[in-house]
Amino acid sequence: MGRRAAVRAGVHREDAVETKAALEADTFPKLLLRNAEQFGERPAIRHKDLGIWQTWTWRQVLQEARAYAAGLYRAGVRRGDTMAIVGGNRPRLYMSVMAAQMLGAVPVPVYADAVADELAFVLAHAEVRFAAVEDQEQVDKIITVKDRLPKLERLFYDEPRGLRDYDHSRLTPIADIIKDGDAALADPAVAAFIDGEIAGGKGDEPSIILYTSGTTGASKGVMLTNARSIRAATDTVRFDRLTEEDVALAYLPLAWVGDHYMNYAQSLVAGFCMACPESPDTVAQDLREIGPTFYFAPPRTLEQLLTRVTIRMEDASRFNKWLYRTFIGVARRYGEKILNGEPVPLAGRLLYAIGRFVLYEPLKNVLGLSRVRVAYTAGEAIGPDLFAFYRSLGLNLKQLYGQTEAFLYVTAQPDGQIYSDTVGPAMPNVDIRIAEDGEVQFKSPGMFTGYFKDDAKTAEVLTADGYVKTGDAGFFDEKTGHLKIIDRSKDVGRLNNGMLFPPKYVENKLKFYPNIREVVAYGDKRDYVAVMINIDLTAVGNWAERNNVVYGSYQELAGHPLVYDMVAEHVAEVNRSLAAEAIMAGAQIKRFLILHKELDPDDGELTRTQKVRRGFIAERYAPLIKALYDGSTEADISTEVTFEDGRKGVISARVKIRDMALEPVAVLEKAA
Amino acid sequence: MRAPGPPSEVDAGDVLLSVENVSLSFGGVKAITDVSFDIRKGEIRAIIGPNGAGKTSMLNVINGFYHPQQGRITFQGRARARMRPYEAAAGGIARTFQNVALFRGMSALDNIMAGRTLKMKRGFFWQLLRHGPALQEEVEHRRAVEEIIDFLKIQDIRRVQVGRLPYGLQKRVELGRALAMEPDLLLLDEPMAGMNVEEKEDMSRFILDVNEHYGTTIALIEHDMGVVMDLSDRVVVLDHGIKIADGTPDEVKADQAVIDAYLGVAH
Repeated sequence: MGRRAAVRAGVHREDAVETKAALEADTFPKLLLRNAEQFGERPAIRHKDLGIWQTWTWRQVLQEARAYAAGLYRAGVRRGDTMAIVGGNRPRLYMSVMAAQMLGAVPVPVYADAVADELAFVLAHAEVRFAAVEDQEQVDKIITVKDRLPKLERLFYDEPRGLRDYDHSRLTPIADIIKDGDAALADPAVAAFIDGEIAGGKGDEPSIILYTSGTTGASKGVMLTNARSIRAATDTVRFDRLTEEDVALAYLPLAWVGDHYMNYAQSLVAGFCMACPESPDTVAQDLREIGPTFYFAPPRTLEQLLTRVTIRMEDASRFNKWLYRTFIGVARRYGEKILNGEPVPLAGRLLYAIGRFVLYEPLKNVLGLSRVRVAYTAGEAIGPDLFAFYRSLGLNLKQLYGQTEAFLYVTAQPDGQIYSDTVGPAMPNVDIRIAEDGEVQFKSPGMFTGYFKDDAKTAEVLTADGYVKTGDAGFFDEKTGHLKIIDRSKDVGRLNNGMLFPPKYVENKLKFYPNIREVVAYGDKRDYVAVMINIDLTAVGNWAERNNVVYGSYQELAGHPLVYDMVAEHVAEVNRSLAAEAIMAGAQIKRFLILHKELDPDDGELTRTQKVRRGFIAERYAPLIKALYDGSTEADISTEVTFEDGRKGVISARVKIRDMALEPVAVLEKAA
Repeated sequence: MRAPGPPSEVDAGDVLLSVENVSLSFGGVKAITDVSFDIRKGEIRAIIGPNGAGKTSMLNVINGFYHPQQGRITFQGRARARMRPYEAAAGGIARTFQNVALFRGMSALDNIMAGRTLKMKRGFFWQLLRHGPALQEEVEHRRAVEEIIDFLKIQDIRRVQVGRLPYGLQKRVELGRALAMEPDLLLLDEPMAGMNVEEKEDMSRFILDVNEHYGTTIALIEHDMGVVMDLSDRVVVLDHGIKIADGTPDEVKADQAVIDAYLGVAH
């Protein structure tokens, strides 16, 4: 009983945010009905299978999801139950979400790459009775932790491979559930019952529980409701004028709010088509083939794309290199201005037009971005140079700021008002204020109703007057009226000499270099700033190949003196740029080291959304931190690593530390 | 000719291939001396032994590349004296090689498609026409190949020239090409040589999956003892061309002759 009571508990918190003008369709299943009627023959979901794109129209999706729901009902799924969804972006898993929602059950998506332990935590906490999973890998994971999941009754799987000899008493292929439901629907009584369940769904019922990635501690289950989610998605669909003609590629984790919002909620509201890639490794090719019109990419993905382009240009012919350098230069000078509609001299316009023909359009085509009308980036601050690069090519890349608790959008940049260092003004119907301590707080149409089974945490995050505390420090820019986010408010620190130390700001500057994949900066309550760097194996490996640097492993490459020299140059450049800004001058990097292993979410060093967990890393690499601040030139470290199958091993290394010269601070008088 | 081969052991149920008293020598060098063993339908059979034990020679004998001076090989109930590799291939024996032997300039897709050659019925002239039965046939084979690509999870390298692929992936493409033949017996010559731990695990997974999913009988040579013991149902051990042990992994592990051959003994 605890489960149902708890799910409902959040509902009672529904308050005046509800408006009288309720939407005609207040649940996702009702939207699906509407889409099947309005856009019946239009594509709803595409998926590349055996090398060929398969399409489901809205009518087919409805048909399949409805049969699936009937099958789930017969398997025991009831209103208020929770059902885990574990796997990649597969049509059947999105339909699992739909089918569960049709019955009023609450889907709980979990990251496909979560290790067994994390998976067990979420499934146990959400008290799931059912789980729809992708394949053998996920089934195996759940089986290994089944003792911790006494409530779990049945597992449904999409991909039968390797599962033939498993005990099928509690394990069923999704295809069989659908077939069973389809047969049952032939009985008019069953059909009427299922349609009744769909019609009986209420807007204030929870539609999904999304577990946050847990940058800070254990993950929390964010409860969202049907009506609020739909209202939020309706606002953004209008804001970006999305229609049923649009196409998006669903390639980001299904369990992440971004995917659920951008692809699931928006596609149901606007009626557009979401395409599922063939496999996680084929995203780049699938992007090209699908040519999405709506595109979302976290800064990291944009960074990797740029890295790939840069590497390929290094291998290009001399003429092509020249062409690239020249016209990227032109784009940097005029591209953004043209996109923003600012005045540009005729010569600039002409050069840009040529560049478009010879470089920008072909390049966007290679990246699969030529049809993109609206592109967003969010999740982390994006390096200004990186941001400018894409914009200068003519890609309408914008920033948004959001949270799982807001059902994503809090602010977003409207077309034509784009600045690399802001995240835009409040979205329509979103109310933002800055608390006295600089923390950003908001109230939004899509905001969550509470954390699942965690009223204490919910109370911590909600203010008395119903605003959500974001935990981010920010301010409204006077010139543009846009919100600027500095860092997590608890992360912004000060050096012992009182100078400001915003770690992410320093890290992002370094991360713009293709050779550098990840950076962790320290400096709060210290005498100076020191950083630990992860090199990018693709970029540095490529560089090594061209410069005859021989290496046998990541560790060897990372410790190579020439690699250190190269990274030292990058650090020096960053110091120069930091020195140029008076308030940031104190954050110059005095010492750095290159880590012997890649930071990895499996080891808990990054979150599943690839954010560095600075505190955890400081503990784990304590000997290195100590060495960074006690003046030693090298340090020994051994760390436990978790392999993909969950086994553990130990990596040890001797890591060198480099000292950097600090730039003189340009305008000292301002620092005081 | 159709009579089932004489069972060499009492419990030999469904023998797919049996090797009887085979000897092979190159001039004065004796590669294999009087070796007998069998491979049962549906099992994973490992052939192990120190360097130069005659493992690869044994595989070459099985698929008709070498012709033994003595002995008899019975495959699917048919004894044969001399068989050429293409006859072996047509008869349902596929193999991969110790040093990857792919068409380096062709894409992964085309390489695997090449494995279907023996199954294509339409000749060169039909294929010149861009319509009709040859196209129909091509579509069917492409479907089979795409299933293998999906099975081996190499969708992302479908169009990549195999020469540009890392070694582990080349090995996987080679396995794909062998699978495309839909063989009854699959010979794998050191499928995991030169791979890192993760690649080895992937490959082991694929070998088990092939065995389970397609029901293919597999004979493999491998040096990594951990892998061999985990994967195989039965193991035959060769040393200096002589069979020194044959049995389940546990039996073989405990065999004194095997321990001596691997660890070395004072002569």
